[in-house]
Amino acid sequence: MRAGFVFAAAKIGILAALSIWSSAPAGAETIHVAIDKVAYGPVNISARVGDTIEWSNMDIVAHTATNRDKSWDYMIMPDKKQTLTLKKAGEIDYYCKFHPNMKGHISVKE
Amino acid sequence: MMMHKVATAFAALLLISGTASAQGAKLNDAQIAHIAYTAGLADIANAQQALKISKNKDVRAFAKDMARDHKAVNDKALALVKKLKVTPQDNDTSKAIAKGQADKRVDLAKLKGAAFDKAYINNEVAYHKTVNGALQNTLIPSASNAELKSLLETGLKIFQGHQEHAEHVASEMK
Repeated sequence: MRAGFVFAAAKIGILAALSIWSSAPAGAETIHVAIDKVAYGPVNISARVGDTIEWSNMDIVAHTATNRDKSWDYMIMPDKKQTLTLKKAGEIDYYCKFHPNMKGHISVKE
Repeated sequence: MMMHKVATAFAALLLISGTASAQGAKLNDAQIAHIAYTAGLADIANAQQALKISKNKDVRAFAKDMARDHKAVNDKALALVKKLKVTPQDNDTSKAIAKGQADKRVDLAKLKGAAFDKAYINNEVAYHKTVNGALQNTLIPSASNAELKSLLETGLKIFQGHQEHAEHVASEMK
C-alpha cells in the first residue's frame, strides 16, 4: 500500500518534470506582437517551433487573431493579452475577424 | 430600390462635404465630435434593429460587432470631449445622418428573412463607405485638436475594417 503510494508519487514527479521540460524547450522565445491602431506590429514574424506568440491589444476595441485555416481563433479584449505556443512548422496567415483589414503572417521553422 | 439606396448614400455624402463649404468655414471640433458621435449612434441603432429581426448567424455576429465597437469608440469620444471641456454641437450634418439612418430603419422594418438581411448589410456597406469618405476628406482634415484628430484616424481604420467585414458578409449572401 505504502510502496504503491510512493511509486505513484514518484511517477507524478517524473511526469511533472517531463511536462516542465516539454513546455519550455531550450531556446524557446516569446515574441511580442502589439495590436495598436488597428494593426498587428510587427506584421511579419519569423519563429521556431516551441516559440510563443504574445499579442497585446492596446486599442480601444476588441480584436481577434484568427488563423485563415480556422485552427485557432482568439478574441482579445482591449488591454488584454493572448498567447499561442507554436507546435509545428509552416506558414500561418492570420487576420482579425472584426476588422479584416488587419492581417499578420507567422513563418514557423523547425 | 438599389438606386434609391445609392442615391441616399450620395446625398448624405454631398451633405457632409456641402455643409462645411455652405457655412463658409470649416467645421469646428465641437461639430466634428457631434457628427462622429451621431454617426456611431445611428449604426448602433441599425445593429439593434438587426439583432431584433435577423436570424442569420453572420448578420447577427456582424451586428454585435457594430454595437460593441461603435459603443467603445463613442465612449472614448465622450471621455475626450469631457477632458477637453468641449460640448458637442448639433449641426445640419448630424441631423441629416440621424434622419437618413432612421428613415432607412423604417424601410428595413418592412422586410424580414433574407430580404431584411440583404438590405441591412447593403446599407451597412453603403453607410460605412459614406462615413469613411467624410472622415477621410472632411472631418479628419478639419479637426484642430490633435487628440480628436488621432481618435478620428483610429476610428477611420476601425470603420474601414467594418466596411470590409460588411462587404464580405454581403458577398457570402449572393
